[in-house]
Amino acid sequence: MTARLTQRYHAAPPPARAAVSVVALVAVLTVIWLALAFVRDTDAPARLLIWAYDTIGLDGAADAIRDRGLPDLWSKLIIALVALVVGVAGIWAIFIAANRIVDVFGWRWRARIRPYVFVAPAMVLLTIFLVVPVLNTFYTSLTEDIAPLPAEVPEELSGQADVIAAVADEITAIEHTGNIVSLGSFEVATIDIVGREGTAIGSALVVRTGDTLRAFGLGNYIWAATDEAMHIAFRNNILWLLFGVTGSVAIGLLVAQLMDKLRREALAKTFIFLPMAISFVGAAVIWRFVYWWRPAGSEQIGLLNAVWTWFGNEPVAWMQSVPVNTFAMIVIMIWLQTGFAMVILSASIKAVPSEIIEAARIDGANEFQLFFRIMIPSISPSVITVSTTIFIAILKVFDIVFVMTGGKFETEVIANRMFAEMFKFRNFGRASALAVILLIVVIPIIVINVRNLRRQGIGT
Amino acid sequence: MTTGTRTTPSTTHPAPTMPDRPFGERLRAFARRTPVKIAVVLIAALWSLPTVGLLISSFRSQVDIRTTGWWDAIVHPFETNWTLANYIDVLTANGMAEAFINSLIVTIPSTVIPITLALFAAYAFAWMRFPGRTVMFVMVVVLLVVPLQMALIPVLRMYTGLDLNGTFLGVWLAHASFGLPLAIYLFYNYIAQLPKDLFESAFIDGASHYTAFTRLVLPLSLPAIASFAIFQFLWVWNDLLIALVFLGTGDDVTIVTSRLNELVGTKGAAWHLLTAGAFLTMIIPLIVFLTMQRYFVRGLLAGSVKG
Repeated sequence: MTARLTQRYHAAPPPARAAVSVVALVAVLTVIWLALAFVRDTDAPARLLIWAYDTIGLDGAADAIRDRGLPDLWSKLIIALVALVVGVAGIWAIFIAANRIVDVFGWRWRARIRPYVFVAPAMVLLTIFLVVPVLNTFYTSLTEDIAPLPAEVPEELSGQADVIAAVADEITAIEHTGNIVSLGSFEVATIDIVGREGTAIGSALVVRTGDTLRAFGLGNYIWAATDEAMHIAFRNNILWLLFGVTGSVAIGLLVAQLMDKLRREALAKTFIFLPMAISFVGAAVIWRFVYWWRPAGSEQIGLLNAVWTWFGNEPVAWMQSVPVNTFAMIVIMIWLQTGFAMVILSASIKAVPSEIIEAARIDGANEFQLFFRIMIPSISPSVITVSTTIFIAILKVFDIVFVMTGGKFETEVIANRMFAEMFKFRNFGRASALAVILLIVVIPIIVINVRNLRRQGIGT
Repeated sequence: MTTGTRTTPSTTHPAPTMPDRPFGERLRAFARRTPVKIAVVLIAALWSLPTVGLLISSFRSQVDIRTTGWWDAIVHPFETNWTLANYIDVLTANGMAEAFINSLIVTIPSTVIPITLALFAAYAFAWMRFPGRTVMFVMVVVLLVVPLQMALIPVLRMYTGLDLNGTFLGVWLAHASFGLPLAIYLFYNYIAQLPKDLFESAFIDGASHYTAFTRLVLPLSLPAIASFAIFQFLWVWNDLLIALVFLGTGDDVTIVTSRLNELVGTKGAAWHLLTAGAFLTMIIPLIVFLTMQRYFVRGLLAGSVKG
């Protein structure tokens, strides 16, 4: 093996082999391109099968598909299979071919280029799907849809942008008062909004791209900061973070500490850990059943109301009563996240050196002192890690609220409102501003992570 | 847990069954441990109760569910009408079977595709030196915690332009890309910790980076790959947001979570359907989770944060 490898590494391959590699890369890319077209087209599997049957002479089978079509299920399975093969084998083939082409260069260039062959595909996807979109969202959050051009009483004004919304009915014209940038279809200008009586009723900085006109500024953020419904969303998010994070971490720590003393801990842990595998939607349905309400007098089939009425109370519609409903949903999150906290903290409790604990015991420390004076300080880095992870998860909570109440009954949270702005109101500016707000909250965590990375010095 | 280095408490306090310990001490150990045991059993029971209720209800007849609480089936197991009708109903009449297939179709490529890409990148970050390496890796770490919501709208617009909305291809690409930061980070942590000597001797023997990657890194990284695969599988299967945004609720593409959400919206009081439907959405993740728990925990302990 060694001899062969040595040869491949030191000697540049003959030009013929290099040419083969280039052809191979082009072929692989072509196949992938065709496959991408294939998986987009739901009729493609049927055509492929017809072609295949015709080629091998099974005319009857081909005609059967022509007449009746391919069952949906089969087309879908074939498409998924093609995607899987192309997604794995195709990517692999690109790497091999590109790697071979690199071999053509002299050793110095080989060493320079090869790393980029390794990182490029991942980096390209990250750039297209995350880096550019994130920057784009910043920009979108600063623009508001106000009016399409030409600027005559536009229909789209209904309730869209705060600059104009309040007076939308009275707008008769939008007048340019000055151009700042003018590059063909892209234009930045100041405008005056002219009302019915011919008087200016407002002005704005606008960006025109093509034939849409957008106000540029902090309008979406001002809306987020002043809108009453958003105040409720922010308040709820804070409640979620406060009680959700402390709840899961505290219970997780308690359980980890208690179970550390048991021999058959793995079994008990699994029960608490299990919700981690359940989707937010599934958990929402599970708990919707627990919280189910029926009018007084009828049999309560929801567990909570059954217990509640058993104690002689009137049944409560938990999901409709403010503020109990928000807390009832926070309980779901705690139920889901405690297992995660427990696993991490339990591992970190076990990593506390037994010498320290024994020394403390000999010095006469009781269990509580042991826990608060020795355990907690020793595991505090893990507690911080767990808390930040759960913090991020809860910050973006969407599914639970979306399924349980849809944000009604004062249960709105930021991520749910963002979804509503995006799909219900089609106001991408506001939705982007809410996304940016979510990002701003996690910036400190990003800074800490990057600083840790620097301190470790990556890979060295 | 595998990372435990401390001796278990039962060695510091000998187990109560050991014959040579005085009776008083054994009694005290028993008295100290019993309340803890009871507490643990109570917590575990409390945690499982909601799921157990769902599971039991899903096998009860529609009338039973409507008239009595699910705990009634435990008290009177023989007077309960156990049935599979709910499952049949939700699978056929309510499109859960098709959603189930769609979920598999969405999840498997979305799990497998990012692994290859991330492995190559992680190897380069760990064992190659090149200009831009630090910048790119910092980018990966930053993207690890950037909320997904930041990317939704521009990607949605891009998809509208490319006519990818509501297609499996769009969802695969989105899930694969959104999973990449975690994959690269996990694999990097793992691959960078492989012993340096291993690579040095391979390179001295004339191995190229590609050979080192395929012959050394791939086989050694299987545990890390398993960890990420479980994460990504659970994440994609359980996801609702990305499915709603990029896939929508067209009959031929709806996945189980969106379908269940629809059921809640349209048949919110039909608990015989909701319980069976919810359990169907959970069954695959639960199996994956229970059989591969070891790798899942290992992945968690490797420090995983999903953005």
